[in-house]
Amino acid sequence: MPFDDVLAAYDPALGLEVHVELNTASKMFCGCPAVFGGEPNAGTCPTCLGLPGAMPVVNGKAVESAIRIGLALNCDIAEWCRFARKNYFYPDMPKNFQTSQYDEPICFDGYMDVDVDGETYRVEIERAHMEEDTGKSLHVGGSTGRIHGADHSLVDYNRAGIPLIEIVTRPILGAGEKAPEVAKAYVAQLRELIVALGVSEARMDQGNLRADVNLSLSPKGSGALGTRTETKNVNSFRSVERAVRYEMQRHAVILSGGGSILQETRHWHEDTGITTSGREKSDAEDYRYFPEPDLVPVAPSREWVDELRETLPENPTVRRARLQADWGFSDMEMRDTIGAGALGLVEETIAEGAAPQAARKWWLGELARRSNEDGVDIVDLPITPADVARIQALVDEKVVNDKLARQVFEGVLAGEGSPDEVVEKRGLAVVSDDGALGAAVDKAIAANPDVADKIRDGKVAAAGALIGAVMKEMRGQADAARVRELILEKLS
Amino acid sequence: MSNLTRSTAAALADGLAAGEVTSVELTEAHLDRIDAVDGAVHAFLHVDRDGALADAADSDARRARGEARGPLDGVPIAVKDVLATRGLPTTCGSKILEGWVPPYDATVVARLREAGLPILGKTNMDEFAMGSSTEHSAYGPTRNPWDLDRIPGGSGGGSAAAVAAFEAPLAIGTDTGGSIRQPGAVTGTVGVKPTYGGVSRYGLVALANSLDQAGPVTRTVLDAAMLHDVIGGHDPRDSTSIQQEWPSFTEAARAGSTGDMSGVKVGVITELAGEGWQAGVMARFQESVDLLVKAGAEVVEVSCPSFVHALATYYLILPAEASSNLAKFDAMRYGLRVTPEGNPSAEEVMRATRDAGFGDEVKRRIILGTYALSSGYYDAYYGQAQKIRTLISRDFDAAFADVDVLVSPTAPTTAFKLGEKLDDPMAMYLNDLATIPANLAGVPGISVPNGLADEDGLPSGFQVLAPALADERVYRVGAALEALYADQWGGPLLDKAPALAGAATAEVK
Repeated sequence: MPFDDVLAAYDPALGLEVHVELNTASKMFCGCPAVFGGEPNAGTCPTCLGLPGAMPVVNGKAVESAIRIGLALNCDIAEWCRFARKNYFYPDMPKNFQTSQYDEPICFDGYMDVDVDGETYRVEIERAHMEEDTGKSLHVGGSTGRIHGADHSLVDYNRAGIPLIEIVTRPILGAGEKAPEVAKAYVAQLRELIVALGVSEARMDQGNLRADVNLSLSPKGSGALGTRTETKNVNSFRSVERAVRYEMQRHAVILSGGGSILQETRHWHEDTGITTSGREKSDAEDYRYFPEPDLVPVAPSREWVDELRETLPENPTVRRARLQADWGFSDMEMRDTIGAGALGLVEETIAEGAAPQAARKWWLGELARRSNEDGVDIVDLPITPADVARIQALVDEKVVNDKLARQVFEGVLAGEGSPDEVVEKRGLAVVSDDGALGAAVDKAIAANPDVADKIRDGKVAAAGALIGAVMKEMRGQADAARVRELILEKLS
Repeated sequence: MSNLTRSTAAALADGLAAGEVTSVELTEAHLDRIDAVDGAVHAFLHVDRDGALADAADSDARRARGEARGPLDGVPIAVKDVLATRGLPTTCGSKILEGWVPPYDATVVARLREAGLPILGKTNMDEFAMGSSTEHSAYGPTRNPWDLDRIPGGSGGGSAAAVAAFEAPLAIGTDTGGSIRQPGAVTGTVGVKPTYGGVSRYGLVALANSLDQAGPVTRTVLDAAMLHDVIGGHDPRDSTSIQQEWPSFTEAARAGSTGDMSGVKVGVITELAGEGWQAGVMARFQESVDLLVKAGAEVVEVSCPSFVHALATYYLILPAEASSNLAKFDAMRYGLRVTPEGNPSAEEVMRATRDAGFGDEVKRRIILGTYALSSGYYDAYYGQAQKIRTLISRDFDAAFADVDVLVSPTAPTTAFKLGEKLDDPMAMYLNDLATIPANLAGVPGISVPNGLADEDGLPSGFQVLAPALADERVYRVGAALEALYADQWGGPLLDKAPALAGAATAEVK
C-alpha cells in the first residue's frame, strides 16, 4: 500500500524502548568485568552465573549513570525505589528471573525534544530503569543460526549481568507522516545524549544500544490506540526508520482488508527490510514481578542528585544553537547535519583541527554517501573523526588533492590503515616535483601540438586540455596548479 | 581430657588452649562417633574425614606456633547442607543438586574456616529446607536420637540430631520459620535464630530470602554464643546484612549463667498456647516461667493479636520467594539433567529435570508461590501477606515497648513419629506456629531445652525472643534458664537420652 494511502486512512502511534548498555567497570550486581566478548564464560562468578546461594550487590556507578541519564531526559528521580524480579524461563538467563525494576523505576516522567526537518517533536519519557543483561545463546548447526533447526546451543554468560538502562517512551502521537523520521531522530538524538554523558559506548552495531519499536495504527481522527506490535532489536537508526515505515504499511494492509493486528513481538530483517512474526505476546503474559528480596531499596539523596545534575552535558537545544553560531553554518546546513546524524561527528572532527565547512563537506558528502550505499549508520562507519580531520589536513598541506582524498577515504574505510598509511601504501601523494612534472608536461605538449599552438596564441583557457593530459599521465597524482604554471611558462 | 564427644565446645576450647587435647584427637573422636552412630541417626549426607583431619592438623600446627585464631580454633563443626562449601558436595537435601560441588564458600563457611573450625561434613535436611521433620530429604530421613522412630524436627533435623547424638559439638543451621529452633526443641538441644541481617546469607541457598537466617546449633547456650561470635557481623556480599558492631554474645551468655534474672521483664505471649498444644509441653513451659520468676524476673502476659495470622502469611511469602529462587534449577549449568527421548528442546529438558528432581513438598510450594504472585492474585495474596507481616512487626514493637523479652514454648508438641504427619501438610505446618512470627519480623530467638514431657518422656523447648539487634538478650535469658535447670537436674538434659552406640546401630541396620 502506498505510504500516502496509509496516512490518509490511519494515525500511527509510536513507542520506543531503548536499552543502553552501560560502560561501568563491573557488572550490575557483582564484581565481574562488564565487558562482553573474550573467552566465553571467563568473565563470570557465582553471582552472575546464578549459582545456588550467590547474592547480588548493586553497582553504585550504574545507579549514578541511571540518574544522570534520567536527569538529561528531564525525568524525576525516585527518592526511593526497588529492584524487582521478572520471572520467566530462558536458557541464557542464569537465575530464570531478570533482576529489573517494575513499578518503582529510578527515573520517570521525562521528555526529549526531537528535531526533524526543522520541526520539534516532544517525546515523552515514561520511565528509565535499571536492569541486568542476559547471557548470549549461540545456536550451532542448522542453516539460520536460530534456535529452530540447531543441533545444540551454547551459552556465553559473560554478558549476563552487564548493567542496562531501559528507556521507555509514552506513545508518540501526532507524528503522522513523519513517524518513521521521528523514531529515527529520537534514537539518534538519544544516542548523542548518551555519548555526551559518557555512560555507554553507545554503538548500535555492537548492541550497546538496542531499540524495540512499538507501533499501532488507529483510524484517522478516532483518537483510540490500536493493537500494537513490538519489533525487537532494531540495530541502526535507518533500520528504526525503515521498520516503522514497514510496520505502518503492513498494519494498514491488514486493517484495510478488514483484518485485525495480532499483538506480538516481531523480528526485523535488515537484509530484506521486513519484519516477521516472533512469539505471541499478550498483555496476559505474566512475569510475576515482586520486589527483589536480596536487595535493599535504592534511595538516592537529593544532595547526590543535585551534584549529578551539575555534571550533565549542555542541553541539546542550547548546544545546537551554540555550535551553529561557532561554525557559521546556515540553517539548512545545520538541519542537514543533524538529519544525517552527523552533528557529533562533525563536532569531533572540528575538535581534531578541521575547518567546519571541510568537516561538514566530508561527512555529509563522501561519508553520507558511503553510509547510504552500505546501509550502515554513519556513526558506525569504520572511520574516526580524527581520520577525517587528518585527511583534510593532507589536503590543506597539498599532500593530496580532493580527488586523491576520496581514495584515501576509500582506503581507510576498507581497513587499510590510517590516512597516512593509505597514502603511503597506495602511493597517492601528489607530485609537485618540477622534474617529473616537467617531463610529463613536455610529453603532453608534444602529443598535442595544436592545443599548444592555441596557448601560444594567448588562448590560455585551452591549458585545461593539457592539464588533463598531464593528470592522466600522472594517474591524478599531480599538483594541478603547478602543472598549469609549468605549461604557461613553457608556452609563453 | 576424657569424653571428648560429650564435652561442650567451650570445654573443648579450654582443653585445646591448655594443651590437654589436640584438634586431630577430638576431630577423630567425632568422626569415629559418626561412624558408630550415624548409620542409625543419618544426620549426615556427606562426611569429609580427610578434609576435617587436615584442617585439624593445620589447627594444631597453628596452636603450636602460638597462632591460634580464636577460642574455637580446632573445634570441629557440622554444616547444614544448604550452605555452599567449596569442594564439598552441597545438595540442599534435593536430588536436583545431587553431585554439585560448589566452587565457592558461603560467608558463614568462610568464617568457620578462617576461625579454624574443621568441617566434619554436611548435615541432612528437608529438601530446600521445606519441612519440619527432615522427612522431606531426598536422601532419607534423619532420626531423633531420643527415639529413632521419631522425627528430629526440621528442616535442620540433621544438624540438631548430629549435636544431640554427640557426633559434633557444634553445627550450623538455618531458620526460615523455625528450622533451627524447632529441631532444637525436639532433640533437647540449643538453637539460635539471629536477628535478620545479623549473619550473612551469602552462600546460603535461599528458601525465602526475606526470612532465612543462619545460626548456631549446639548443646549449650554458651557454645551457641561463641559460635555466633564467629559467624556473625556485616558482609559486603549480602546487601541485607546489618552494618554495625555487635556486642560479644559469649559475654552475654556468661553474664546470664549466674541465673540472676532480677530486673528482667518477661512477656508470655497469650496467642501461643491453647488448643492443639500438648499438655506436657505446656506444663514444662509453665515450670520454666515459674523458675524465671523465682530467679527475680518480672513476668507479664502480652497479647500479639496478629500472630494468629502468622502461619497463613508465612505460607504466602515463603512459597512466593521460593518459587522464584528455585527457578534456577533448570539443568542448564549444574546439578541433575534429565533428557527426554527424541530431540528435546531446552524447555523440555528443564521440565523433565524439574519433574524428576524436585520432591512433592517442593512442587507443592512452587505451585503455591507461582499462584500467589500471579497477575490478578498478587494483591490478594502476596500483597496482603506483606501487610499482615507489617502488623506482626508492630505487635512485636508494641510488646517490646513494655517487656525485655517474649517467651513461649518453641513447638506445640514433642517429636512425633516418622510418617505420622507426612500426608497432612497442614498438621506439619502447624509445628512452626510459635517460631514463624520471629522470622516474619526479623527478630532473634533461642530455643533452650526445658525438660521432658510427662506423656512421652521426650524433650520440649522454651523459646525466648528479643527485639531486632538485641540478640544478647536471648543469650542472657537462655543461659540463665539453662543454669537454673542444671542446678535442678544436676546435669544436662541430654544425659537422660538413651545410649545410641553399637546396639542401636545394629538394630536399625
